[in-house]
Amino acid sequence: MAYLELNNVCKTYGEGSNSTEVLTDINLKIEEGEFVAIVGFTGSGKTTLVNLINGLLQPTSGEVLFKGNPVVDTSHERGVIFQNYSLLPWLSVWQNVAMAVKEAFPKENKKAIKERVAEYIEMVNLTPASNKRPKELSGGMRQRVAVARALAMNPEMIIMDEPLGALDALTRGNLQDEILKIWSKDKRTALLITNDVDEGIYMADRIIPLRPGPKATLGPEFKIDIERPRDKTALNDDPEYKKTRNAIIEYLMGIGEERKAVSQETYELPDLSPKSFVA
Amino acid sequence: MKQSITATKVNDIKWMGVVKSLLSKLKVKTPKLEFKSVFKKIIVPIISILLFIGVWHMGAKALYNIEADYKIQKALTDQGQEAADAMEACILSGDISCQPNTLPSPGQVWESFNTLIADHKKISADKLEFKEKTAAINEKRVAEGKDPITYTGRPSFVDQIFTSLETVFAGFLLALVIAVPIGIIIGLSETLRNSFNWLIQVFKPVSPVVWLLLVFMIVKTMTKDSNQDSAFIISFISVGLCSMWATLVNTAMGVSSVDKDYINVAKVLKLGPFQKVFKVILPSSLPLIFTGLRITLSVAWMVLIAIELLAQSPGLGSFVWEEFQNGANDSNSKIIVAMFIIGIIGFLLDRIMLMVQNMVSFNKNATA
Repeated sequence: MAYLELNNVCKTYGEGSNSTEVLTDINLKIEEGEFVAIVGFTGSGKTTLVNLINGLLQPTSGEVLFKGNPVVDTSHERGVIFQNYSLLPWLSVWQNVAMAVKEAFPKENKKAIKERVAEYIEMVNLTPASNKRPKELSGGMRQRVAVARALAMNPEMIIMDEPLGALDALTRGNLQDEILKIWSKDKRTALLITNDVDEGIYMADRIIPLRPGPKATLGPEFKIDIERPRDKTALNDDPEYKKTRNAIIEYLMGIGEERKAVSQETYELPDLSPKSFVA
Repeated sequence: MKQSITATKVNDIKWMGVVKSLLSKLKVKTPKLEFKSVFKKIIVPIISILLFIGVWHMGAKALYNIEADYKIQKALTDQGQEAADAMEACILSGDISCQPNTLPSPGQVWESFNTLIADHKKISADKLEFKEKTAAINEKRVAEGKDPITYTGRPSFVDQIFTSLETVFAGFLLALVIAVPIGIIIGLSETLRNSFNWLIQVFKPVSPVVWLLLVFMIVKTMTKDSNQDSAFIISFISVGLCSMWATLVNTAMGVSSVDKDYINVAKVLKLGPFQKVFKVILPSSLPLIFTGLRITLSVAWMVLIAIELLAQSPGLGSFVWEEFQNGANDSNSKIIVAMFIIGIIGFLLDRIMLMVQNMVSFNKNATA
């Protein structure tokens, strides 16, 4: 039995004739300690998939199993790093992290909570900014707070929804390394949703493309057999890397072409001609 | 001809060049930006105030002349030339008995303001004297178990201001206590919001006068047995009921439109319902709640005058009404004094609320 399992999951928004089927027939198995990346176009239903896994949404049909039990609600076992950070703007960095820690460890005494908060803020190198509000931080710092908040709850699985999407390339690279470093420390199971193939290859053990929605479904998986820790510069010359990268990009481009072809479908026009008012 | 024109042109250009170089030298000496900001922030407002007073003065003078002419004309038609001459002489002499009754000039208003202040000083002195006089007797009366004798003289203008402020704060607190909790409850549940919407929409536009009458009906019956003065109760409840709608609507809106991301965070952190409300929903809707409270306070102050006037409750409203009924020669200018005081206090209240709003809100961009 896999650690996380999605069986024939479908998700439909709306009802009746207004309904749109966003995800169709999603089958996914993630083993414990694995780092899986799902790559897809914008608007292909990635966030919906994340919300199904973390328990914010319920599938219309099919089942989401976490450690063999169906996911019906959010849980502290699955930490989420949201796409837009979702920090509470009226709380400082410290308070944002402390709120999560207090919820995850309600029985701990104040001192232990304090130590834990300090530890995780230190881990993402934000100790000097711990009294600042999210507005006073840069995008990368905000995302680091979000990472600290998710990890401080000590989840068994980390779900990341395009965590680095809004960052510039340099900050992105740094944060990728930081997340990998944290992940490799205790090998938690991780699911990364991204639109960047390179990011996926650099970070994950397996990459699964998400075919674009509506009716999005998962494509064939690509295994990344590159030794960890991976070196970004060396990666560029690695033939394995090049091969995988080209294969994934070709696959995604193929979908793109297919999509275009679909939209070029010709419609039969109704046989109508203007009525003449002149008798 | 042609030559002369070109010559003047050349001269012009030369002259302009000199001016320009002078200006550029000046610029170096005095920072341009500072002068501009001083001009904008101090000089322009002063000019506008002077202009306002000027227009007011001229307008008051014109109205005065119209009224005076009418008086003389009336004397002429009613009683003949002699009476008209007498009237004209009387008006010119500045005698109080025959002054035209119209919009007072800025000077008269300033004079009335000083009179009111002097009056306040006199009354305060009287009160103090009364207190000293009755101190011994009151002590005795209290010891005997009787009520002490209190000062029952006429309140001064400044006393009226404080009475009004008391009423408005009582009303504001009432609005706060009613509107914020109800707004939160309504905001949290869409069903409740839909079922109470008609009530809010129907009662929101009701005039303060009608609220006063409604409150009067209820309070009159409720306080039948007690002999305490119900005017204050009636007026502050009416003020509260009139002004609470802005807060109610804003609170409900703030609570119901919390960013979905924050709700997701609350869910992922697994906050309990109580904590979700107090740690996520309320903080994120605070800015809107305070915007509502600010509107409520300004509405309360505006409505207060009308309500005091009708409820015969002491305060600025009844001061204005009494002066109007009084019809003394300086009544009009006293009313204008009250008008300015009301305006200035309203402005200050709004500023205070804005300050509080900026203090509590996490996005520090609320402006006037």
